Amino acid sequence: MKAITVENQTSGGLSKKSQRWKVFKNQRFLYMMSIPFVIWVFIFQYLPLWGWTMAFQNYKPGKGFFSQKWVGFEHFQTLFKDDHFYLVLRNTLAMSFMGLVAGLVFPILFALLLNEVRVQVLKRFVQTVSYLPHFVSWVVAAGIVTKMLSTDGGVVNSVLMGLHLIDQPIQFMSKGHMFWGIVTGADVWKETGWNAIIYLAAISGIGPELYEAARVDGASRLKQIWHITLPGIRPTIIVLLIMSIGHLIGIGFEKQFLLGNHLVSDYSEVLDLYALNYGLSMGRYSFGTAISIFNSVISVILLFVANGMFKKFANESIM
Amino acid sequence: MEAAESATSAKRMRLTSKSPQDWIFDFIVYLLIGIITILTLYPFLNVLAISFNDSVDTVRGGITIYPREFTLENYKVIFSYSGLITGFKISVLRTLVGTLAGLVSGSMLAYTLARVDFQGRRFISTFLAITMYVSGGLIPGFILIKDLNLINTFAVYILPGLVSAFNIFVIRSFIDGIPYALQESAKLDGANDFTIYWRVILPLCKPALATVALFLAVGQWNSWFDTYLFNGSNEKLTTLQYELMKVLQSTMTNANNVRGENMSQLMAQVSPDSVKMAITIVATVPILIVYPFLQKYFVKGMTLGAVKS
Repeated sequence: MKAITVENQTSGGLSKKSQRWKVFKNQRFLYMMSIPFVIWVFIFQYLPLWGWTMAFQNYKPGKGFFSQKWVGFEHFQTLFKDDHFYLVLRNTLAMSFMGLVAGLVFPILFALLLNEVRVQVLKRFVQTVSYLPHFVSWVVAAGIVTKMLSTDGGVVNSVLMGLHLIDQPIQFMSKGHMFWGIVTGADVWKETGWNAIIYLAAISGIGPELYEAARVDGASRLKQIWHITLPGIRPTIIVLLIMSIGHLIGIGFEKQFLLGNHLVSDYSEVLDLYALNYGLSMGRYSFGTAISIFNSVISVILLFVANGMFKKFANESIM
Repeated sequence: MEAAESATSAKRMRLTSKSPQDWIFDFIVYLLIGIITILTLYPFLNVLAISFNDSVDTVRGGITIYPREFTLENYKVIFSYSGLITGFKISVLRTLVGTLAGLVSGSMLAYTLARVDFQGRRFISTFLAITMYVSGGLIPGFILIKDLNLINTFAVYILPGLVSAFNIFVIRSFIDGIPYALQESAKLDGANDFTIYWRVILPLCKPALATVALFLAVGQWNSWFDTYLFNGSNEKLTTLQYELMKVLQSTMTNANNVRGENMSQLMAQVSPDSVKMAITIVATVPILIVYPFLQKYFVKGMTLGAVKS
């Protein structure tokens, strides 16, 4: 972003009005090619922000903006007094955090492992297979996860029974305390291969001469990973970690919606689902919007925290 | 470079014999890789096997990765369900239209943002980047769609997701890599900016377009929530993923929310499990056919997008 600004200032240095108009006329095609989409973005992305005013009203559909009843922070007070809200917040944070850690560790491990596969055909095959779950929808993935964990014919129960680790099949999908783990596991299964792409790219950028030198020094392959590969991808790891902190709370609700059921709802309900169930389905639009705003505010705070961390890291790496 | 590296390491292996340590290391690596591959593939093969297995036999359990009693009955049954046929058609249609519309609009906007001399560039870039981080949320979005009278229309599948900031930045960073001299010589030949975009830029950024097309197509094919939210009660606009979602949820929670008697009758004909697995395969296969061929493009696109952002 910074680079763009600088370039723009050098090219648009002439600030005379007539000069600007001339450029505008010269660039009319560029404007024609971009303005419709700017308007589009305004309507579909910015107008909903205006809808935030609903949180401070008793919004009734069909009434005009000025005939709505304004209630101030009433809906937020209701929200913060609601015990259920704290349960939902706990679920959101727990699953976000577990997702963050698993989403960082597993792709790195997988990339390191795949990098040690010297048979190129095999490496390519495994990599292609690893992308596969990323491309299926969460509907399909949730169906598959449920099937694998089911009590009749689910492979997980079969294997555990076969190993005599359990006597009775476990009802995974109806155990509340297992839900966070199941969601995180499903996420790992679906996205590890995909997220490893960037690490693999970073690893392939490490100069082979470093490994040669290490070999001459007699370093084992495990030592090479520890002293060359991992430090080599350290900047990538930090950038991706910071980016995922920025998106921490925006975990969505697809997984929770599709994998959850009424038996585990105390563990599966997240902020967006809460807004969906209590706001939209019950017609409490204003209350639901208040939940969305809370969600967005936390996201923005996290984004600034992440950005601050990024700047600090960027400075350190320059020094 | 990778090839060269592997060639040197191969040479090294021939020259110096592997130490026992190396053997153990290799053994563990290949063992883990094998386990991961099985963990990834087994569920798909299991679902595939069940979908082709006789439903009565399936109930006995023990199906692994091949059908014990092969049959096409499950597929015959699900394709006699009208909701699935409509869903399939609508899903194909939204994927085609959505991908094409997204490509044209995305590349056009990306081109204007890649033009260093474009006055509006800085404003539009920022305007667009903000949307990656701030969104109105579920309910304001729903109210907007309602106010625009887009509920119960096909357009609701295409319009809200038309301009995606991420895709645009992927295409733009690719255009940045195309020599500017090409555009200048086209300009000297009297081409206007649109002609340059259409005739010079578009043909050159096919790799980026392939990446974005894959993202768009996968997104369109896989989405179900917009159907659930906006067109759930319209049988003519239902999508395949939404139908699958209904079928999967229906017996998962034991609350039969599948619309009409049609589907529950089918489920009674063959077992619910067989129906679910067959629909899962129908909803998955089209994407699995496409993605391996686009692999080299999206790997590049992902890396490029990540480096830039």
